[in-house]
This record gives sequence, structure tokens and C-alpha cells, in this order.
Amino acid sequence: MFDELRDLYQEVILDHGKNPRNRHAPPDANRQAIGKNPVCGDAFIIYLTVDDQAVVRDVGFKGEGCAISTASASMMTEIVKGKTVDQIARLFTAFHALATGETDEVPSEGIGPDDVDRLHALAGVRQFPVRVKCATLAWHTLQAAMDGKQSVSTE
Amino acid sequence: MSQSSMAPLHASGINDYDVAAIRADFPILSRQVYGRPLVYLDNAASAQKPRQVIDTVSRFYEHDYSNVHRGLHYLSGVATDAYEAAREKVRAFVNAGSEREVIFTRNATEAINLVASSYGRAFLKEGDEVVVSAMEHHANIVPWQMLREAVGIVLKVAPIDDAGNFLFEEFEALLGPRTKLVSITHASNALGSITPAGRIVEAAHARDIPVLLDGSQAVVHRPVDVAALGCDFYVFTGHKLYGPSGIGVLYGREAILDRMPPYQGGGEMIRSVSFDRTEFAELPNKFEAGTPPIAQAIGLGAAIDYVTGLGLDRIAAHEAELLAYATERVSEIPGLTVIGRAEEKASILSFVMDVAHPHDVGTLIDRAGVAARAGHHCAQPLMERFGVAATTRASFGLYNTKAEIDILAEALRGVREMFG
Repeated sequence: MFDELRDLYQEVILDHGKNPRNRHAPPDANRQAIGKNPVCGDAFIIYLTVDDQAVVRDVGFKGEGCAISTASASMMTEIVKGKTVDQIARLFTAFHALATGETDEVPSEGIGPDDVDRLHALAGVRQFPVRVKCATLAWHTLQAAMDGKQSVSTE
Repeated sequence: MSQSSMAPLHASGINDYDVAAIRADFPILSRQVYGRPLVYLDNAASAQKPRQVIDTVSRFYEHDYSNVHRGLHYLSGVATDAYEAAREKVRAFVNAGSEREVIFTRNATEAINLVASSYGRAFLKEGDEVVVSAMEHHANIVPWQMLREAVGIVLKVAPIDDAGNFLFEEFEALLGPRTKLVSITHASNALGSITPAGRIVEAAHARDIPVLLDGSQAVVHRPVDVAALGCDFYVFTGHKLYGPSGIGVLYGREAILDRMPPYQGGGEMIRSVSFDRTEFAELPNKFEAGTPPIAQAIGLGAAIDYVTGLGLDRIAAHEAELLAYATERVSEIPGLTVIGRAEEKASILSFVMDVAHPHDVGTLIDRAGVAARAGHHCAQPLMERFGVAATTRASFGLYNTKAEIDILAEALRGVREMFG
């Protein structure tokens, strides 16, 4: 019945939506931010452990949301771990452009083919404008945490 | 107002309720979305419009449009007559005593803000208490919080039980010497629960406390009689009653409206203006500053003609049957929990599924052609009460059918298949 929705709900999304990875606060986290989508009530807290070389050593999240926003948060934590704050910011900018349909180019700088595939899957939201914020909420929150902000709202 | 106190407007019963003929009155219901027939189950957010309303509004713009209450020309008189005739239709619809008691607003939200602002600032003082319920729409929460900021009133919240029933005894216990206003929904937009409005008014009036009822979800599902209810204010919106958006109604008892200062200043609401002093117009114009939503009011009049022509009691019976059927059908789906099982309900069905977030449910059933609301329904404190961030809400109107509910149930099974 929902064949045309397979672009949005790909297996990897359903998997991370059901079994999110890194759903915890790392004990040595030194930055955190809360991100809210006031339209739907989704809220995520992103926790980061950033070392003095600006490398994200650990990352986790807490919160509740739809399959898309949960999968996005989960996959994001796996993708950004071990990368520098600057690398992550560039990756987010490139992913945001893909998810909003500004570009068709899937970001690949500094990430492996598996992560490229994951970002590609997440970018399925571009066909569903009302769901774009679900895929980007965790990323906006991560960016806020990296920038030293306490909270961010997608509205 | 209980079911039993409703006198049937039509003796013929539901058997001649011709839903196919009724659907033919609503042009939008014949359209498709994603190549499937539209199944419109978002009536609690806004209802679709029958041809009779659409044509009345078009005809007014094509033949009779002018500003109202000013100008001595022919069309001004025609437009004023049509606008005031709509007010009379509203008066009769809720059985108000006089047209002076019917104020046109933009929507129910503005009607509540009018009361909070005018009555609230004139008559409520620091420490005075306003009682609302746990299942109010934000429109009946935020205006009182703004009044709290402005004058220091205290907001009290009457609780509900886990099924969504209004707890009358607990409500009554909140009424005290400092209670100066009760403002409660007549039917919850998120749960469908009907509140015991008559008893609420009785209990409050026994303590000389005025009562506002938010009837936005009630007037569309059942006959409402403000004289029988005895309430001081009753508000509702036009667009949920199959009328245009941009028009709402504040009913207020004349004695209380007379004592209230104007809400907004401008044209229309004055008798005479000089730079030294202004004399305000009589009711209802005192509360209708500026050019009103003229065509929208006339469209609302046509919508009222439409629903009263069908008979509110017959609509209520049809919708009760739909609600019972839908509740049964969706309850068969494993992992689905209905939120709100009050004893008396308007035809609103809120639910959550264990396998999928309401937004995912919404996206999936949308592809099956089903328009339903997923979210917090502008009732976040209520969502918190039930420990959910959001629900999916199917709300049924006078034109919905059991076949449409079957499509909803089938789509929900598809959700389970994909996420289960």
C-alpha cells in the first residue's frame, strides 16, 4: 500500500528508528544542547565530548521523536564521532543543502561509503517537505552544542 | 447538556439521513489525492464547505457586496441586511435572547481574547482566580496567562480522569471566594470529551461566578441552547461549522456585555468621536471595531441554514454511529491505544500506536488519501497529562462514512506492517 513511501522509510531508517544507537549521555560530555520542533513537540538533547583539539570524541542523544528524527539522531552520532567540529559543521551544511533540495550532491568529504549511503537515505525527506525538519533537528541541535548554545528551535 | 435533554428537531430519525446526497453538496469530497479518493477526517481542525456556503459567498461578492452600517447607497443597505440576517441566524442557532448578544469575531480564539481582555481587565484583580480544565485548547489557556501577566490573576485547572472524563466534584472543589470566572471547553478538541456544561454553569452560578464555554467542537456535533445552559459567554468558530474561515462568534448575556468596556477601538464601534471624548456604540457594534468579516458572516449564516436543514440531532446521531464504528475498528489493531474514552464524546478519535510515532502514522495514512491530524492539537498540557508528545486524531463530520473509516483502519494496518 505504501510503496511510494519506501524512499522515505528505507530499511536503514526503520532500523535506526526502532533501535537507535548512542541513546545515552556520555559520562564525560562537556557540551550539550536541546533542540525542539515546536510544531510536532519532538525534542532531542545532544551530548558531546569535545577534546582540546576540537575533536568530537564521544556523542550521544536523548529524546523522543518520529522514526525519521530518531533515525537521523542515531545515524548522526555514528557519523560524526571522531571528527573535528569544523568537519562536522561542513558536513551538516552539505547535508542540509541535500535534504532541502538545494543540491543533489551527497556529502562525502571525510566520511566512508556507508555514511554516504546513510546520508543519502536520510535525504529521502526532500520529497516530503513537511518532514525535512525531522531529518535535520538532531543536526541543528548538534551544531548548537558545538557553538556553545544551550538550545535551538527549528521554527 | 446531556444526550437525554436534547429534544429531537426531526422526528424522522436517522434512517433518511442520505449521506451520499449530503456528500454531493461538498465539491471537494469528489477530488482525489495521490490518485486515491480523499478521505477527509480532519474536521476538528476545519470542516469542508458545502456548495450552499460557497455559492452564498460568491453570490454576495458578485451581486450584493458593500461595506455595512455606513453609506446611504443601495448596496450598503443590501449588505447590511444580509450581515444582520446572518447575526439573526446565529442568534436562533444557539437560542440567544437577542441579536445584541451575538458578537462577530474573527474566530473562537478572538472571542476568548475579547472576554479575557475586556471583562478580565475591567473586573478581575490580582489574586482573583480563573478556572479552566485540563483539556483546554491553547486558545482557552494563553489569553488567561496573558491576563495573569497583566493583572496577576491565578489560573486553576480542573482535572480529568484517565479516560478523559471531566471530574465534576474536583472542579466544584476549586470554586472558592476568589474564583471570579470559569472558562471551560464544552467539548475537547483533542479527546472529544463532552463536559457537563449545564452542571458547570449551575455550580458556578450558585456562587455568583460567571461562566464562559468554548463551544468550538460542540456546536458542530449537537444542538446547543445557551438559554438552557445559562452560560454567560459561549464562543465558537465558523470554519469548523462548515462555514468560512475568518468568522467566529461570541455570545454574551446582554447584562454582562453592557458592563464591559470595548475590546478594540475604531470605526463601527462608536456613536460619536471628538478629540476630547468618544461615545461608544450600542451592542453588538460596541465590540465590532472596524470593517467586519462581512462575506464570512453571511457564509456562516448559510452554513447554519445547512446544518439546521439537516438537523443537528440527526447529524449527532450519524456522527455517534461513526464514532462507535471507528472506535471499534481501530481498537482491533494490535498496539493501538485510543486516548480519550470519556462516557460522552463528540466524534473525535485520538490514538497512539506502539510501533509508530503520530507523524509517521500521519505521513503513511496521508498516502492512502486519509487526511487526519498528527500532533499536539494545540493542547500540549493535555498531551503531557497522558504522557504523550502527540497523537493521531481522526475527527468525523456530517459527510463521513463507514467506508471511509474502513480505509482508515486498512491504512493503520499498513502502518503496523511497515513499522511492526
